Amino acid sequence: MSDLLLPLAIVVPILAATLPLLLGRRYDRIGWPIAAATAVSLVGIAAWIARTVFVVGAPTEYGIVHELGGWQRPYGIELVADELSAALVVLVALVAAGTLVLSRVIGPRGNAFYSGYLLLTGGLMGITLTGDLFNLFVFLEIVGLTTYALVAADRSGASAYASIKYLIVGTVGASLYLIGVGYTFLATGSLNMIDLQSAIAGVGYGDPLIRAGYAFIVVGLSLKIAVFPLHVWQPDAYQRAPDAVTAFIAALVSTSAAYALLRITYTVFTVEFLAANDAITNAMLLAAGVSILVGSALAAMQSDLKRLFAYSSVAQFGMIVAAIALANETALLGGIVHLLGHGLLKFGLFLAVALLAYGYGARRVADLASLARRAPYLSGAFVVLGLALVGIPPSVGLLGKWYIALGAVRAAGSGDPAGLGIAAVMLASTLFTLAYVARVIEQLYFAGADPGPGDAGSSASVADAPTQPNASTQSDAPAQPDGGHTGARDVPTGAFVVLVVVTLAAVGLGFAGFAAADLFEPFLGRMI
Amino acid sequence: MTDHLPIQLALDVLATRHAYAVFTVLLCIGLYMMIANPHLVKKIIGLNLFQTAIFLFFIASAYVHGGSIPIVESGGAPEATLVSPLPQVIVLTAIVVGVSLTAVGLALCVRIYTEYGTLRTDALREAMAEEDDLPAAGGDSPSAGGGSPSAGGGSPGGERA
Repeated sequence: MSDLLLPLAIVVPILAATLPLLLGRRYDRIGWPIAAATAVSLVGIAAWIARTVFVVGAPTEYGIVHELGGWQRPYGIELVADELSAALVVLVALVAAGTLVLSRVIGPRGNAFYSGYLLLTGGLMGITLTGDLFNLFVFLEIVGLTTYALVAADRSGASAYASIKYLIVGTVGASLYLIGVGYTFLATGSLNMIDLQSAIAGVGYGDPLIRAGYAFIVVGLSLKIAVFPLHVWQPDAYQRAPDAVTAFIAALVSTSAAYALLRITYTVFTVEFLAANDAITNAMLLAAGVSILVGSALAAMQSDLKRLFAYSSVAQFGMIVAAIALANETALLGGIVHLLGHGLLKFGLFLAVALLAYGYGARRVADLASLARRAPYLSGAFVVLGLALVGIPPSVGLLGKWYIALGAVRAAGSGDPAGLGIAAVMLASTLFTLAYVARVIEQLYFAGADPGPGDAGSSASVADAPTQPNASTQSDAPAQPDGGHTGARDVPTGAFVVLVVVTLAAVGLGFAGFAAADLFEPFLGRMI
Repeated sequence: MTDHLPIQLALDVLATRHAYAVFTVLLCIGLYMMIANPHLVKKIIGLNLFQTAIFLFFIASAYVHGGSIPIVESGGAPEATLVSPLPQVIVLTAIVVGVSLTAVGLALCVRIYTEYGTLRTDALREAMAEEDDLPAAGGDSPSAGGGSPSAGGGSPGGERA
């Protein structure tokens, strides 16, 4: 019974994606209700999958397995949900629902947007659940196509240019991935992930076709993940996309590509392949290390808030790729925790940026000056999420980084000097992260004079009296009745509540270190 | 002995593996077009070449000398060597994906052209740099005119700094 939920998690959003366009011919504002109903049912499906995997116990040793059309492994396509994919399915469902709350108020509106949104959700579900290499390519392209369309959804020329840049780079990435799959298929004659595991071992880990196949897959997925120097599309795409779209894709799209890399590395090629091919892991560690360092350094130089956090993603995904290449249990656990935690943190951060831009028109770091006075709760949540990204305890950001760094040091202890390099680079990156988060905090709380002396006379002194008590006594979410003359719009309550929940989760999950280790123990045991 | 001469080897590869040689050449041409050509539509053509090379690779790899179509009559045992149908199916799917990508890419090109009147990336970059300057310079006065004392007081100071 529970294995039927896996195809449902993919089919429901993809079928629902046709409805907004279809019914939109008759009803104008039908998109949001359809998307909301789908998102709610997806949260239910995800919760049930997670319950089956984590609480009840999965029916097979690989997790929940569903053979599409009843075709047996290795001929048919399988959907598989183990601990890792179940956790990711939950993240996708929750972030998708959260995005919907945000997009209801700040847009983009229109039925076409909701069709794209549902298609993207279905594609992300597909990436996390599929057990077939070529099927993964198809879902990668579904996600890619809808992301290109959504990035360009705000109808400006700049976003169309950012989108086409992303389209060309992303398609090359997916095509390189396809070449890698082709090489692997040539060497083994199989596309099923579980079947490939033994088939690749049979061909031999030193086989040039297998090696080349893995190399192509890594480079192709690195383009999608946006690892330095293949990240150039990402800051533009994040900056130019509509705010709600940025929050959605920053949390999930690169995350799902990184998940695919993790899945293919450990389920298909296995840790023995990594151990037998030092050159490949060293190249991955080098790229990851440079990515961590350069991403953080570039982030510290940005003045646009969305670009700043986009570059920060380059660094964080560098850490995840490093965790994959380090190939020990602690680092891999860190990689998984950081994959999930970073998705959550980036969703919260871009949500806060979206609300700051919507309510107060703040798009650059300099625009934040003294905003904490007018929006104390929003700024507070923003700062807590920023500090969680730095890794101040207790936070989910610390947890992931801690395990990765610990794994890196352990790798160094067992004779892999690259581990020390990764640990050092992560420390440097944390300092950079602190630098740019501190800059945001400084602007929010300490920069800019108090309203009054700096500004031209009368309007400021009139504004002074009503603004101060309002900002300090009331929640800025529904309040700000003086929005008329401060130029600020009401921050939508629903989206603000989502932000608070994400912030609390980011802090609360920081205490869940041992629980996470327990939760993913069976998965790690199978992989390493 | 003569087998090991490099030129002999190269000729050998060309004679027996020419499809793979074409795959490599097409792949490189496509990649070069995407990187070197400043015109967006030509970049998309390069992208199509790149993908076509991969289709060719799959089709060539599925070729079996003397192989027949993998249809087995009911009751009859297969006699000849059969060809795996999987690569063809993969290529069919990949073609569909490629067509939809081209469609999205060209739609974006149309939007860019109506907005900026050009499809050359160098001209676009200039146009966009100017556009970026305009809202920053012009964006100040509306927000100050809209009566936003503290935002108006904060942002100009920040931008001058």
